[in-house]
Amino acid sequence: MNAVDFILAGMLAAATPMLLAALGELVVERSGVLNLGLEGIMALGASLGFIVAHGTQNHALGFAAAAGGGVAISLIFAVVVLGFAANQVAAGLAIGILGTGLSSLFGKAYESRTIDGLPKLALPLLSDLPVVGPTLFTQDIVVWLTLLVAVALWAALNHSRLGLIIRAVGENPHAARAIGFRVLRVRCAAIAFGGAMAGIAGAYASTVYTPLWADGMIAGRGWIALALVVFGTWAAGRIVFGALLFGALSLGELTTQAAGVNIPSQVLACVPYVVTILMLAAISSNRRRMRLNTIASLGQPFSR
Amino acid sequence: MRLALIRRDRASRRAMVLAPVLAFGLSILASLALFAVLGKSPGLALYALLLEPFLTWYNFSEVLLKMAPLLLIAQGLAIGFRANVFNIGAEGQLVMGAIGASAFPVFFPEATSGLMLPAMLLTGAASGMVWAGIAALFRTRFNANEILVTLMLTLISVQVLNYLLLGPWKDPKGFNFPQSVRFPDAALLPILLPGTRVTIALLFALAASGLAHVLMRHRFSGFQLLVAGLAPRAASYAGFSARRAIWVSLLLGGLAAGLAGAAEVAGPLGQLQRSVSTGYGYSAIIVAYLGGLNPIGIVVSAFVMAAISIGGDNAMVTADLPVAAVWVFQGLLLTFYLCGLTFIRHRVVLERAKPRARP
Repeated sequence: MNAVDFILAGMLAAATPMLLAALGELVVERSGVLNLGLEGIMALGASLGFIVAHGTQNHALGFAAAAGGGVAISLIFAVVVLGFAANQVAAGLAIGILGTGLSSLFGKAYESRTIDGLPKLALPLLSDLPVVGPTLFTQDIVVWLTLLVAVALWAALNHSRLGLIIRAVGENPHAARAIGFRVLRVRCAAIAFGGAMAGIAGAYASTVYTPLWADGMIAGRGWIALALVVFGTWAAGRIVFGALLFGALSLGELTTQAAGVNIPSQVLACVPYVVTILMLAAISSNRRRMRLNTIASLGQPFSR
Repeated sequence: MRLALIRRDRASRRAMVLAPVLAFGLSILASLALFAVLGKSPGLALYALLLEPFLTWYNFSEVLLKMAPLLLIAQGLAIGFRANVFNIGAEGQLVMGAIGASAFPVFFPEATSGLMLPAMLLTGAASGMVWAGIAALFRTRFNANEILVTLMLTLISVQVLNYLLLGPWKDPKGFNFPQSVRFPDAALLPILLPGTRVTIALLFALAASGLAHVLMRHRFSGFQLLVAGLAPRAASYAGFSARRAIWVSLLLGGLAAGLAGAAEVAGPLGQLQRSVSTGYGYSAIIVAYLGGLNPIGIVVSAFVMAAISIGGDNAMVTADLPVAAVWVFQGLLLTFYLCGLTFIRHRVVLERAKPRARP
């Protein structure tokens, strides 16, 4: 397989964990809450998902357990930042550390065990296209579902009453409350949704993308997902684009090694991180655009 | 009827003291319950985590050894946190500090010069500053979020460490282990307490605490930083700049973490190895918050966190608990503390249904 085919075949799957987590965080941030604990929630989802999928040989149950774990830990976050109106940066870090710790605590007994991944499905018609068809359009079901979720979220956030409520709560919580919306309840639901998505994202990484358990396997993908939300300037479509870019980048390490290019693997491993910093700078330096898109109440506790 | 938070007119001193104490108690209870569920003995875990660090002089000295980097880094970070500049990449600045300091003994392994150690500490501190300075540059020049940039820089620093230890800086006589040569005596910090591994790095940390206290309490510059972080617009009217607050916060945070990294390789490790990155930079974030971002409070919280981390090492042996147990405990501690913090500025009241306005 040549390098182009390899990247076409792999980038969607590589992008999926980051994309799932970033889409969840998009909803959370649109409601005005910043959850920095994504990395830890993904780690928790990865270990719970692996343990259940390993025990039951059923991926769906693994994903359900991971989503449940993600919801549970992000509800703790919700209590701290909504109930107690605490600093969201500090609370996010606390939840991140807690999630990372729980993940390795639970996963300890499963170190380096493996399970089977999911079969690839070829999309009818599209997979018959020349060149890109057999590679790009042959993916496991979660990849396709994730893209569907992205479309659904775009539609829901921009063209539905629910989306309008979430955005109102994020842009101006006091006005939203004045016209009768329950700000804290909306935010709590958004946080729970974000937690479920991050949990599923982790489980995809540990049970489908690389179906084995290794402590610390999330390896910064939760942080990249957080950066993706900023790159995408809080729009689902641009977040998908960013995730695909990072999916392709993360495969670069393998392709250049296969091509026999003599670059130390550590340099290649840094590429996604360096690109994250540069992209962040490129997008954020347009201050006018950032001001237009940034959620007005992001990170600020709400109290009457 | 429902519960509601009402803002207090002034901060409650009682809540300020009670919040960390209660958070500590609740974290203990929650972790013991969790360990019991996982089939570990809660009694043994409690003994290992809370008592063992204080039962022998050697264990206690190890607590002081761990306290030094935690205290130093946390004091540096707290300056930024007070000004709402969130440097969460102290771990990376520590790694770069360790690398910078190690350059001297790696290139001059036979040196006996008395200049070696000062040069290492200076380079270590400068490396940490440069690493944090990148984030300050990106924040001030390109408006890039410092949380994400410092975190990405940490992930990069670990790769730099791996590259050096697996390649150019690997000890040729080290049986292929990923570690540098062992440092000569001239590259090692003097021991502070004879018979232990505690070096004079503890004095650096205590001196930094004193400096931070003076800076915050008695100097106008501390006040400027605080205002610039909390109310950038007000600060700019008064003529102090948010830009400067970002630079000062990140550079001082990087300096402290870099120095801590240098003191690790020149202290307990005695060489550059992967285990220089064991999470001090992350734990220090918790230390800074638990200490109420107050220089004196941070001394207490650094001691407590160091004790727990030694307790965690003991618990691996005594109670068969993995290292991750300490992370769980730290996460719970910060979570509970943040909840408790609310009561410093708010009080809880039972609110009846809203009374109708009388005509």
